[in-house]
Amino acid sequence: MGFLTGPHDPAVRTDSRNDREDRVSTSTERLDALRGGAAPVDHNARTVAALAGNPGCDRRAVLDAAGISKRDTAVHLGHPAPFGQSPFALARARSFEELVKADRCAHLLRLLRETLGLPIPAIAYVDVPQAGGQATRELRHARTRKELRLAAESAVRDGSGDGTLVDHPLLTLPVAGHEVYLDPAVLAVQAGGRFHIVEIKSFAVIDGAADSAQVAAASRLSAVYVYALKAMFAAEGIDPGLVSHEVVLVCPKDFANHPTATLLDVRLQLAALRRQLSRLTRIDRILDRLPSDLTFSLEQSPAELARAVRTVEARYAPECLSTCEMAYFCRSDARGCGSLEVLGRVTRDDLGGLDSVDAVLDLAAGDRRASSEHAEIAEQLHHVHAIYRAHATAEAVVA
Amino acid sequence: MSVVTSYARALAVREGRAQPIATVRHLHLAADPLVFIPLRLAGEAAAPLGAMVGNDPARPHLLVVPQPRNRDLRFAFMAELARIMLPYIEGRAAATETVPGKNERERYLDAPQVIVPGRGAVEFVRLLGRSTRFRRPDGPYPVDPAVPVLGQWLTYLYERTEFAGSSALVPMTEALSLHWATGQSPMEDANLATLLAWVCPPPGRTGQEAAAAAEDPVLWPPAGPDTDPGFDARVLRPAIDAYDASGSPEPVREALRGQLEPTWRLMWRAVELLRGLPEAASVGERWAMDRDRYTREVARLAEGGPPRGRRDRAGSAAARLWDMESARQSYDAQRAYDDPLVMAEHRATGKAFAGEVVHVDRERTILLPGGKKPVSRPLVTVRTADPVRLAPGKKVFSAHRRRQSGEIVESDGGLVVVQLNDQLAKGAGVPGVGDAVCFTELDLGGRIRPGFPAAEETPWTHGGPPAAYEPTDEDAEEDWS
Repeated sequence: MGFLTGPHDPAVRTDSRNDREDRVSTSTERLDALRGGAAPVDHNARTVAALAGNPGCDRRAVLDAAGISKRDTAVHLGHPAPFGQSPFALARARSFEELVKADRCAHLLRLLRETLGLPIPAIAYVDVPQAGGQATRELRHARTRKELRLAAESAVRDGSGDGTLVDHPLLTLPVAGHEVYLDPAVLAVQAGGRFHIVEIKSFAVIDGAADSAQVAAASRLSAVYVYALKAMFAAEGIDPGLVSHEVVLVCPKDFANHPTATLLDVRLQLAALRRQLSRLTRIDRILDRLPSDLTFSLEQSPAELARAVRTVEARYAPECLSTCEMAYFCRSDARGCGSLEVLGRVTRDDLGGLDSVDAVLDLAAGDRRASSEHAEIAEQLHHVHAIYRAHATAEAVVA
Repeated sequence: MSVVTSYARALAVREGRAQPIATVRHLHLAADPLVFIPLRLAGEAAAPLGAMVGNDPARPHLLVVPQPRNRDLRFAFMAELARIMLPYIEGRAAATETVPGKNERERYLDAPQVIVPGRGAVEFVRLLGRSTRFRRPDGPYPVDPAVPVLGQWLTYLYERTEFAGSSALVPMTEALSLHWATGQSPMEDANLATLLAWVCPPPGRTGQEAAAAAEDPVLWPPAGPDTDPGFDARVLRPAIDAYDASGSPEPVREALRGQLEPTWRLMWRAVELLRGLPEAASVGERWAMDRDRYTREVARLAEGGPPRGRRDRAGSAAARLWDMESARQSYDAQRAYDDPLVMAEHRATGKAFAGEVVHVDRERTILLPGGKKPVSRPLVTVRTADPVRLAPGKKVFSAHRRRQSGEIVESDGGLVVVQLNDQLAKGAGVPGVGDAVCFTELDLGGRIRPGFPAAEETPWTHGGPPAAYEPTDEDAEEDWS
């Protein structure tokens, strides 16, 4: 399977290599200018997963591609997002991860043998050292590439030979035509010639079942790493098919601190991610539409910043509240213009095609003529309006 | 959801306050429900942190676990909770009534009703039940004898929530959302404080303004079970550290009191709001089902019934599923029959129609296939403005005369002809010209559950007869760290 040669990678399909490099460098300058001197923030699997969840949002795409801190921006705009993790949750996650990785991953190796059902006679443990800073990221990424290439070569050479466990691999991923680094929060294991992403999470699996929302979130995150690993293999000339779409999820079992591992099939999430990433309007095309002197620098007044932010179109939905730091600003704007989006996807679907509260209520009351495409929903609303008035007013008298 | 609810949401935005989507109350509300607001330590599956509980708004009980990682303190918390909850739950088993019929039985006149803030608390009730019901008062890790009993009751309460229309364990945000549509999204409605801000905004403020203010976790702490991360970092952690250093639980108590009291007040305010709605006609029937189940559970526990296993067996799972589907069908239909605003949704989508009788053929008789004597089958012609999407031959029921069935004969341009099939003794069930009527395809259900094989006859396709469940020592001694 040619992983990155398919139609999902517009860069490969449309641009010659030189042309592409030129464009990347000009857009990089552009994005640096938008950031206005502040240091870029890291992408992580979470932001990529969220970005792919709302691919129509230009605002998010630009802010993320430019490495602008959405949190600081939202604070400056006066709409801080109440994101944050409890110190107890962080401590729990850390202590569980330490437990799983203790004694050179003794627990993890046992679990891998059990879950993958593989005889792993010996396994080499490689830790890509963690260090901060922009300069060392390239080095860490290069080291990750080297270790994984060696593991792949040994796998191909020896068949099901010795395994390799790479801790804290620093992977990159092209998002909206831009290369971003993913935080190295997982492990990659090669055993029996196959590569698996291993994710350690501290939510419990109770009687064989875990909270479905948390499993879904973990699947989306893992899919980002699987995607990045496949992309890296393709770039290195290694068969991306060596990367399994089954992820090893390690969680505490029942109410104890004892780890258990499950194989999680992320094919669906992977397909969704691939589709969404390819649909992301390439960042250049968004940048082309923006004024050339635009900046999101936090040096300007909140009103100026708000004006600047509004030049990039957002697509707000209530789901943003749990995934994007800009959500409260965007919600306030959406409410301000009476958008139906603030009422949620179900309501928007029920009122198919209409986009504002006023349109709904005016059509219902017959104060506005419906266009032909809205004739059906208008008739239904008109009818609901009549029944509702007859009964809800009666109710008001009772209450 | 539905067009009516979505319309009401849009209306709520314009009016600046939540709009009614029900004219009657679709759940039972006990005279003294037990309000239970549990909190859990962030990052843990089921580590209780504290709770506010009680059936008297003026006298809440505050329970805390000053060091939530300490197993003994956790069990002490559960024992204390049992001392408050068990008298309430077991105390409902007093006077009984005799339910006549083929399956004649005694039934308690009352049953426990526990109200929690939302779906998260319901799930936490399940986990608290799961982590305590297998414990034993003897053996290597003995616990207070009341703890496993509470575990069984919490499990019972959780399982009732799987049946639509049960009022045994009620998540308040969902109870409110059943009766009011706000101008925010369903996701935001899961926040009790913002939901109530929309339902009854303070004077001079719109629902939107009040809801925005209610989003501040400092003014309105989350209703749990998860606490605000900022509170955890700034207040709770120092308080727990103080307990570890001094042994005094007071700092933790005070911190949690501040987190729980606002929600406690909101919960009782919401109870009053719901009480202000008249009870729907079918609520009594559904509450009788809750009382039936409660009566059965009291008897089962009195006989030393074992805790529910970790997993269901094939036979009981099939029966449960049938009961759940049947409860769902009855509940959806009953709510529509009870409430014209709920019926409005079915009228808007063509599954029901309401109108005025314009013609009646009272004397019409037909010969049934294979029959010898003509039988009475009156025809009623209804004029309606509803978009009827019921084809001729479709079985319908009368919303005004429950369980009277009929079928559509003809439907054309606002005139629908319905043939009435039963409840026609002496012509009593036939409406007159000018009467307002409503017919719907919604079936009230209530059929007898088909026989499922007994456990020892479980077919091989379903794993064969299961081994009898014996509570094991392992279950009783399970880690809870």
